[in-house]
Amino acid sequence: MPWDRNQMAARAAQELEDGMYVNLGIGIPTLVANYVGDKDITLQSENGMLGMGPFPFEGEEDPDLINAGKQTITELNRTAYFDSATSFGMIRGGKIAAAILGAMEVAENGDLANWMIPGKLVKGMGGAMDLVAGVGRVIVVMDHTNKHGDSKLLKECTLPLTGKGVVDRIITNLGVLDVVEGGLKIVECADGVSEQELRDATEATII
Amino acid sequence: MNKIYANATEALDGLLFDGMSIAAGGFGLCGIPELLLDAIKTAGTKDLTFASNNAGVDDFGIGILLQTRQVKKMISSYVGENAEFMRQYLSGELELEFNPQGTLAERMRAGGCGIPGFYTKTGVGTVIAEGKEHKDFNGETYIMEEGIFADLSIVKAWKADETGNLIFRKTARNFNPPAAMCGKTCVVEVEEIVPTGSLDPDHIHLPGIYVHRIIQGEHEKRIEQRTTRKREDA
Repeated sequence: MPWDRNQMAARAAQELEDGMYVNLGIGIPTLVANYVGDKDITLQSENGMLGMGPFPFEGEEDPDLINAGKQTITELNRTAYFDSATSFGMIRGGKIAAAILGAMEVAENGDLANWMIPGKLVKGMGGAMDLVAGVGRVIVVMDHTNKHGDSKLLKECTLPLTGKGVVDRIITNLGVLDVVEGGLKIVECADGVSEQELRDATEATII
Repeated sequence: MNKIYANATEALDGLLFDGMSIAAGGFGLCGIPELLLDAIKTAGTKDLTFASNNAGVDDFGIGILLQTRQVKKMISSYVGENAEFMRQYLSGELELEFNPQGTLAERMRAGGCGIPGFYTKTGVGTVIAEGKEHKDFNGETYIMEEGIFADLSIVKAWKADETGNLIFRKTARNFNPPAAMCGKTCVVEVEEIVPTGSLDPDHIHLPGIYVHRIIQGEHEKRIEQRTTRKREDA
């Protein structure tokens, strides 16, 4: 059985180590916060916050306290606030240990596309280009194939790039792969998924 | 010198002209200068170029100036959640320059600091880099981005003293300090003006040197995505 969304998030949470400052993207990456367990992880929200807490209780929403997805959230006793220039200073400056984010396509050389589909409505890259260029480690969490069953792990990206050669590790519903010299390397297969099944579902070169 | 004005219209008096550039603070609908945007709508100033992370929603934030066709160009990182924006953009009525969010923030900060250009690795190898100067430092490639020098800054803070020292609240700080810094003139709207001397000098987020005019007013502070958890989940 391939992993479901929560299992992918749980697997991604294993990438995080005690003491890390981490930025989580929208979608499955947001779920990663549910699986960090006892590890001391500080979440960064690029609109200007370190130490992001859970959603507020009903009636306690504060319009001045939102995450980068514009959702109401809460603060923790460790929270620090800062402006957007400072926020991206710490991102660009390599102070954030890891970003976990979704993707439309990843290429075998680590190219990432996740912000624009030509001909469709373009909403903008937000902070994604800064994050993938700046953080210590970029971990992509996404389905292995698109809704047509085509591989999202490609020899070359077809969509406009968010970053060139930026991805370190890819966690999909079928397994975990690293971007290495010459292509992708299988780190592990999802429970019940064979290495051959993973290879068959992948267009990118697996070495 | 008095920096305090009675309302947004008076605070903007003499500062608005067609074709001007405005740097606006805010992230989504959080920490936006809603009173000043309303006054610009009333003033009817046209052909505006806005440097602002977002473009508001259809009936709030910069969205209200899109409805009245007062905006010529947006410099933003994300413009979703705004149908009128998309309509004007797709029909060619509105220019749009996408900047990565950190590049936009740094362009404002740089402009405010007298830095006309800087190098960043954000966007290297993407469409953002096309036509921009590339330069290698220590074996890595960077692109040059330019500082933003706006005619006017409009920002929202939580508290100001009478000299314009500002304190922001939680994530409503966001783009407000860099936006405040990069304008020739900066007009600030706050929830409360407090007597000079009542703010702790060690706790000022933006010194009053950046602030030229201040108004106090009531803010709607609309929430874009209301997300909560139930108490039993805790």
